[in-house]
Amino acid sequence: MLEDGAAFRGEPVGAHGTAFGEAVFATAMTGYQEILTDPSYAEQLICFTAPMVGNYGVARGRSESARPQARAAIMREARGPAWTDWLSDNGIVALTGIDTRSLVLHLRDCGSMRAAVAAGASAYEDTLQTVLEQPAMAGRALAAEVSTPDPVVYSDAGLVSVAVIDYGTKRSILRRLTSAGAMVTLMPHDVDSGTLAGFDGVLLSNGPGDPEPLVAEVATIRELLGRVPVFGICLGHQLLALATDHETYKLPFGHRGANHPVLHRASGRVLVTSQNHGFAVAPSDEEEATHISLYDGTVEGLSYPKLDAYSVQFHPEASPGPHDARLLIEDWVAELCRRKAVKRA
Amino acid sequence: MPRRKDLKSICVIGSGPIVIGQACEFDYSGCQALKVLREEGFRTIVVNSNPATIMTDPGFADRTYLEPLDVPGVTSVLERERPDALLPTLGGQTALNLATQLSEAGVLDELGVELIGAPVEVIRRAEDRLLFRDAVQSVGLRVPESRIVTELSDLVGVSLPAVVRPAFTLGGHGGGFVSTRAQLERQVAVGLSESPIGQVLVEESVRGWDEFELEVIRDRIDNVVIVCSIENLDPMGVHTGDSVTVAPQMTLSDEAYQELRDASIAIIRAVGVETGGSNIQFARERDTGELRVIEMNPRVSRSSALASKATGYPIAKVAAKLAIGYTLDEIPNDLTKTTPASFEPTLDYVVVKFPRFAFEKFPGADSTLGTQMKSVGEAMGIGRTFSEAFLKARRSRELDAGVSSPWLELDDLPEGIHPWFLSEIERIRLALARIPALDHLDADELLRLKRLGLSDAEIADAAGCEEPELRAKRLALDIRPVYRRVDSCAGEVEAASNYYFSTWGEVDEAAPDPEREKQSVVILGSGPNRIGQGIEFDYCCVHAAQSFRELGYEAVMVNCNPETVSTDYDTSDRLYFEPLTIENVLAICERERPAGIVIQFGGQTPLKLARAIEAAGFHIMGTPFEAIDLAEDRERFGDLLQRLAIRCPEWGMASTSEEAIGIADRIGYPVLVRPSYVLGGRAMRVCYRPDDVRSALVAAARKVLIDRFLENAIEIDVDALSDGECTYIGAIMQHVEEAGVHSGDSSCVLPAPSLTPAVSEEITTIIRRLGPALGVVGLLNVQLAVVGEEVFVLEVNPRASRTVPFASKATGVNLVAAACRLGDGVKIPELGLPPERPPRQYSVKAAVLPFSRFPGADPVLGPEMRSTGEVMATAEDLPTALAKAERAAGRELPASGRAFFSVRDADKSAAVPVAAALAGLGFELVATRGTARAFAGAGIEIGEVLKVSEVEGKEGTTVVDLIRRGRCDLVVNTPQGSGARTDGYLIREAALIARVPCITTISGAAAAVQAIANARRSESCSLQERIAADSGAAPEGRSREEESS
Repeated sequence: MLEDGAAFRGEPVGAHGTAFGEAVFATAMTGYQEILTDPSYAEQLICFTAPMVGNYGVARGRSESARPQARAAIMREARGPAWTDWLSDNGIVALTGIDTRSLVLHLRDCGSMRAAVAAGASAYEDTLQTVLEQPAMAGRALAAEVSTPDPVVYSDAGLVSVAVIDYGTKRSILRRLTSAGAMVTLMPHDVDSGTLAGFDGVLLSNGPGDPEPLVAEVATIRELLGRVPVFGICLGHQLLALATDHETYKLPFGHRGANHPVLHRASGRVLVTSQNHGFAVAPSDEEEATHISLYDGTVEGLSYPKLDAYSVQFHPEASPGPHDARLLIEDWVAELCRRKAVKRA
Repeated sequence: MPRRKDLKSICVIGSGPIVIGQACEFDYSGCQALKVLREEGFRTIVVNSNPATIMTDPGFADRTYLEPLDVPGVTSVLERERPDALLPTLGGQTALNLATQLSEAGVLDELGVELIGAPVEVIRRAEDRLLFRDAVQSVGLRVPESRIVTELSDLVGVSLPAVVRPAFTLGGHGGGFVSTRAQLERQVAVGLSESPIGQVLVEESVRGWDEFELEVIRDRIDNVVIVCSIENLDPMGVHTGDSVTVAPQMTLSDEAYQELRDASIAIIRAVGVETGGSNIQFARERDTGELRVIEMNPRVSRSSALASKATGYPIAKVAAKLAIGYTLDEIPNDLTKTTPASFEPTLDYVVVKFPRFAFEKFPGADSTLGTQMKSVGEAMGIGRTFSEAFLKARRSRELDAGVSSPWLELDDLPEGIHPWFLSEIERIRLALARIPALDHLDADELLRLKRLGLSDAEIADAAGCEEPELRAKRLALDIRPVYRRVDSCAGEVEAASNYYFSTWGEVDEAAPDPEREKQSVVILGSGPNRIGQGIEFDYCCVHAAQSFRELGYEAVMVNCNPETVSTDYDTSDRLYFEPLTIENVLAICERERPAGIVIQFGGQTPLKLARAIEAAGFHIMGTPFEAIDLAEDRERFGDLLQRLAIRCPEWGMASTSEEAIGIADRIGYPVLVRPSYVLGGRAMRVCYRPDDVRSALVAAARKVLIDRFLENAIEIDVDALSDGECTYIGAIMQHVEEAGVHSGDSSCVLPAPSLTPAVSEEITTIIRRLGPALGVVGLLNVQLAVVGEEVFVLEVNPRASRTVPFASKATGVNLVAAACRLGDGVKIPELGLPPERPPRQYSVKAAVLPFSRFPGADPVLGPEMRSTGEVMATAEDLPTALAKAERAAGRELPASGRAFFSVRDADKSAAVPVAAALAGLGFELVATRGTARAFAGAGIEIGEVLKVSEVEGKEGTTVVDLIRRGRCDLVVNTPQGSGARTDGYLIREAALIARVPCITTISGAAAAVQAIANARRSESCSLQERIAADSGAAPEGRSREEESS
């Protein structure tokens, strides 16, 4: 049920109860488990546009965090039992048999909105009331809820040390960093710049919610600029944008999928990218805007060579999605390694 | 990067006649490319020998050449037109091979023609197994272990099981799986002879692995997108054209799918395809995830047509734009208009494709599926779930009752099918098993069944009631389908797409505005290609859509064949990709509330629905059901002919052998036995004695028609137009082969060369009487037989016939456009048609037969149609046109050499002048004993060779040895009785394998000799020039009024 009163019926296939959150849709055709466990989806109810979900079961290694982060799964056709059992076991409310396309068209036309997914009997009026009592996504700072409370060493073998500020990072970012040769330490979202100064590089992770209220985080990034190489992904990109006086705003229904074309302005090349964001960096003609969305012109990449800071809105680590941009992380780590070698020499 | 400015004119090569492995999909791609090139301001030139294609319509290019697709044919066009570039990537393997040959022969360099789309090195790297293997290995991927073999001695040490793949052949033609040494040697021998470069690959077998295909597009600045993933339900081992396939892939996780995606991108880069689409096939071991790259087509393909229809992403159109210089981000997504083509479609529905087989046409042929493609067509179903799409595609096959086919029943599943598919199909089976009797079926249960994808007919069958009862109950419960759009982006971007499919229990999307200004016309297509109903009908449907749009209607297309131009959403105002069943068609009509429904262009498929469409209260545009019934109900038709004093062969109808034999005795042998209401001469037999009649009845297994069979008759085909009062004769065509050979398999000549003015006049009179008497409004096809001066009507089809495209191109009169206007109420005199007169030049249509695909089936022409396609050639004189048509059909007639004869007794005297003429042309003649003696008796010098049965176990050179060793250039063999293992069969099979022209009728032989004797080298001439010359130099004909008075 949506905050505007629209209701869609289906059958419960996951946990019992009612989940409240922001209803959004994701268009990737594979990677349902990765999506539900991606912390960027915190407090969201995910409608899969893929017609059949659960076909290939679940696997431990596919989770992008320790637990599911989204609150509900809305599907046209769920397939089990591995997937539906996993949904129940993890307390995710899930519906199958939903007219997902109509829901998607509604969200596309009216924008993402607060909603409830109810498995089991619930009174329409009461539920709608509760939906309306929920906070809207715009203006919400959610990083604190999904961030690590304390620094965690993810890997201690590598050529360079990278701190990942965890606004809700996906595991695959950490994996990509590690496999590129970095020692990775996970830092809480409110880490201070002094703690980070000793690292060879700082990665601003992805994460849920609105970037604007994260004023302290932005301030920290500002302090870092010019002192430590910085690379931002998704929410990290938006925070870098705010730190460099760009504007962010809430997209009407977000970009969530694995097929989004992004133009790299310098080369004229197009990357097919994995995306998951409800907020975006407003279009800009400035030189530092290296990548733009071919869907709506929002800034998909920033580059400040003088500040040694770079960021992308899309997900180079994919998972799920295409690997077109994977090299961005590898190249960044390789550059850190090269500099370190030069410094030593 | 904008389009290239240095090119002004571009030549596009088509794929020639429809053969197994190359069907309408290349007409679809060719048409898309031509549209793009013309929009971009290029002068376009088309070469294609297939008259039934839309791409060869005079309006589709600046110059259209119906020329043989061989090096001399295309060279002559290039010399004449001097285009700047040649685009070969849209005409299938035929065009790609031709481009390679033209380049190797130096023709392109000499004429300064640039090859665009795929340079020769790229074609070689993708097609040559060794080069391809190197390219794949260079990016760290693997192809199956393999070795190139050019002679049998190279086979030492090959491990088994293995697969044999000949280089440069269509659809894996000539290849196969082998598990024993003997099989290996046999298959390699076949493969070596089939491969134009005498090369086969013997490779590691990956039989049973899962099979995936990815459709990839790359532009000149190295942007790459994957348009679609396709998964085969039949594991590796069955040709992908024969497999049931699903898109998007259903069973791979994201990491596994991305591995395929990465591999595809690496391969397209390694091979170097710079501007266009490619198809890459993978085998994947289900448990270990091991990958092998199977093959790549550096061109659009059958799969890319399927992918285009499955996703709404027009691959051929985009490929054509890339070839002329654009990059992906500069090309808009056709469906959304606001986003670029540099994205990857995402689907919120499932698409399933089923192959359509025709094994019933080839008794004796092995129906086991393997690496050599055998299906003749395909049907696609779109649904919101796998089962819905699967069931839609499955029933869209329109199988004839009683035939056997792979995937016939729900239990007929391929070995090694992925358990996920198995469980989905099990779900369907369980649902069917639990269907209660109609009275106990409640609304929830019925909706659940409909959402699963079951049709009214399937549910009714399981509930033990009739379909109309089930339908009535469903409507009473207000359970109706809804329609959803195919938009390429799962609803993420607003798209004004006009491409729909049905589903259940959802919200209807973008229903046509009931207040809309324009009325709509629903055009029913012809479904999957099959023998007897193919691209000709799609040609007609596409023209119908164009014509009705011009007449101010919205054209609404219904069809389920993904290969076709009619299912290009550009063709109509709205496209419903749906099965052509009464349930689906009525639902569309209820949604559209059309001014009329057009059923006369889709062959027999829509005709079968006519009665129910009218009964549901919808208006059929043009010829009404009554006229169809009158023409098809033999009793009523017989009465009509009698009343009109039109002769027909004596006939009768029988249900039992006794009745049938009684009738045959009454009307006299030989007789023609066939079931009614079929197209393509299904189960049609000529019977010479009661035993034949008995066995024919067993084969037909239902009520049959028995006609007196007219021997030595000339068969005539007429395409005409009627407005219910007045009739216009579009074309009178003569068959080269005598009556008894199915009209679809016979060569056909326009104008008819053997008719006397008196007979012509009588034929004209008959047609003029028949049109109004039947109540035809639109097209009318009549088949007649002429014996001496007597004219008999054999059959009347009140609909578009297979010959309409040929006749339209030979005469320059667009018969379909005229028929549509008649359907709209215009009268013939108002059509402004040119005077009825035979064209000045001779046009010949020749059939192309798929015998080499069906070893074991006798390659002989008969009353059952078996050709898959046709070619057309036109020349100033008949022999030249005949010779050219034979060449275009891939059976170039020899100019000299040795001709072999073996004819049945009844043909011996008629064969003498044919043999004498060949001898006179300097041919050396040989024959089997009986024929040799008969010819020698007539004073012809002739050598004698042995039949196989005459040497059984002894030493001696047989005719088969002669043919195999390439020491025979022409075979004339009329069958003495058919069936495998007879001497005649062995001769014909040997000729087929050795690719020696083999003629199985005396009339065909006579025509061939005439062609050999008199054919001249003729200059190629475009369709546009010919039509202009014809109308410009037209003598004053009699006006319509005079004629019809």
